[in-house]
Amino acid sequence: MTTEIPHAVRTRPVAGPDARVVVVGGGHAGAALVGLLRQGGHRGEIVLVGEEHDHPYHRPPLSKKFACAELEQVIRPREFYAEQGVTLRLGSPIVGLDPAARTVTSAGGDSLEYDVAVLATGARPRPLAVPGAGLAGVVGLRNLADARVLRSWVTEGRRLVIIGAGYVGLEVAAVAAAAGVPVTVLEREERVLNRVASAELSAIMAEAHGAHGVDIRVGALVAELVGSGGAVRGVRLESGETLSAEGVLVGIGAVPRTELAEAAGLECAGGVVVDEGARTSDPAVLAIGDVTVRPVDGVGRMRLESIPSATEQAKQAAAAILGTAPPEAEIPWFWSDQLDRKLKIVGVVRSGRAVVLRGDPTSGRFALFHHEHGLVRAVETSNSPADFMAGKKLITSGAVVEPRRLADPDVPLRDIVHAG
Amino acid sequence: MPEITYVVPDGSVHVVDVPAGQSVMDGSVRNNLPGIVAECGGSCSCATCHVYLEGEFADLFDEATDEERELLEYAEGAQPTSRLSCQLIVTGSCDGVRVTVAPEA
Repeated sequence: MTTEIPHAVRTRPVAGPDARVVVVGGGHAGAALVGLLRQGGHRGEIVLVGEEHDHPYHRPPLSKKFACAELEQVIRPREFYAEQGVTLRLGSPIVGLDPAARTVTSAGGDSLEYDVAVLATGARPRPLAVPGAGLAGVVGLRNLADARVLRSWVTEGRRLVIIGAGYVGLEVAAVAAAAGVPVTVLEREERVLNRVASAELSAIMAEAHGAHGVDIRVGALVAELVGSGGAVRGVRLESGETLSAEGVLVGIGAVPRTELAEAAGLECAGGVVVDEGARTSDPAVLAIGDVTVRPVDGVGRMRLESIPSATEQAKQAAAAILGTAPPEAEIPWFWSDQLDRKLKIVGVVRSGRAVVLRGDPTSGRFALFHHEHGLVRAVETSNSPADFMAGKKLITSGAVVEPRRLADPDVPLRDIVHAG
Repeated sequence: MPEITYVVPDGSVHVVDVPAGQSVMDGSVRNNLPGIVAECGGSCSCATCHVYLEGEFADLFDEATDEERELLEYAEGAQPTSRLSCQLIVTGSCDGVRVTVAPEA
């Protein structure tokens, strides 16, 4: 169905409010972008192509709320897209991107022409590379269907083994334990949240999960998933121990879905490489969300798998398309709900910084300030939104603080923030 | 259906119907008004739905929880009238309420 595109079309400037924009991927980044484009006065055609049949929905509840009615939350009401003049093509995986012809091709064989294509293809759960990983009863968690499987397991009271103690693994474990389901979390590293949190926060959270009945095993290497009749029955560790399991969740990270970009020859390096304007190495292709590696102020280029980053990149892409002023750089932040705790982390946690504790971890309400010679770089908070918000201000302002005052709960944060 | 007026950061004024039971944030998201980013979807986590609610209207909504108050204390442009619009649940008596959307942090 591809039609020859006249030369004049191919070479006309990328972007502008009349550009035909095709967004590939109906996750948070893509859904945010189409709204922002119309808010910014975009007049051109906007097509949002999603591989799933569901309208774009919030993914954080998949691991946090899968056992309750709040699981299914659409990002915008279903009527929104038509009202905003956005063509939705759901259930339509895109299998090809041709930067020379400026087309994308769907699995059904349709070709869509674009002036600007935006790759928002996200990431897929990293597969577990051990024998038995393909047994029934072994899932990753990325979409509503996966979450509904987890819900049914919890409802049935199935014995659950979770491989990987990252955010997803621990959030699911917390929900399962609260529902009274026996749950074990296996982590190959020596601490939970190894990749995303400080050693201090890891220790506090491991203890909290243990107190709520989650069986956490660190340094646990999975050798094999064992089954009978094609269904998983247990997890054998390299130590020789076998844990019985009626359901296994694999939560060992996510792999960016760069296939389209790679096949099209775009620069990729563990993600589609983008600049601070969401631009890829092709002038007519932008990329946003979990599929990207992006610049982060003071850190360099990295993947930031988070809603705030997806939203920020949607703003960058909207500005790049509309030709408006780019948004100011934001400080990365993350949230995670586990047990009775709302964790909020601002800044990128790195080892080798001094850490100051404010508050009492046993109460569940505390903050860990990570600083270099009094310059706050990251703050990990639990049930302490004031510390989170104040921490963000301290990082942004670049103020030098006295660590002793941060640690003293009698010194109001207000004084510290404003003294800076 | 209660009518809510939003004054958004570019100064424009939008009047929209918001069904009772939904939040002031929902009404903005639904109508694609600029200013309210609402990235956490209304779970009182992100403080990107910051609005100012003038005195006479403040009593029509539940008081802010400690969590909301703390998020707002250090929010950009915080004022005594600050609220998070995801926590402002519209009822039948909210017809005519007017909120001003805070500039983005």
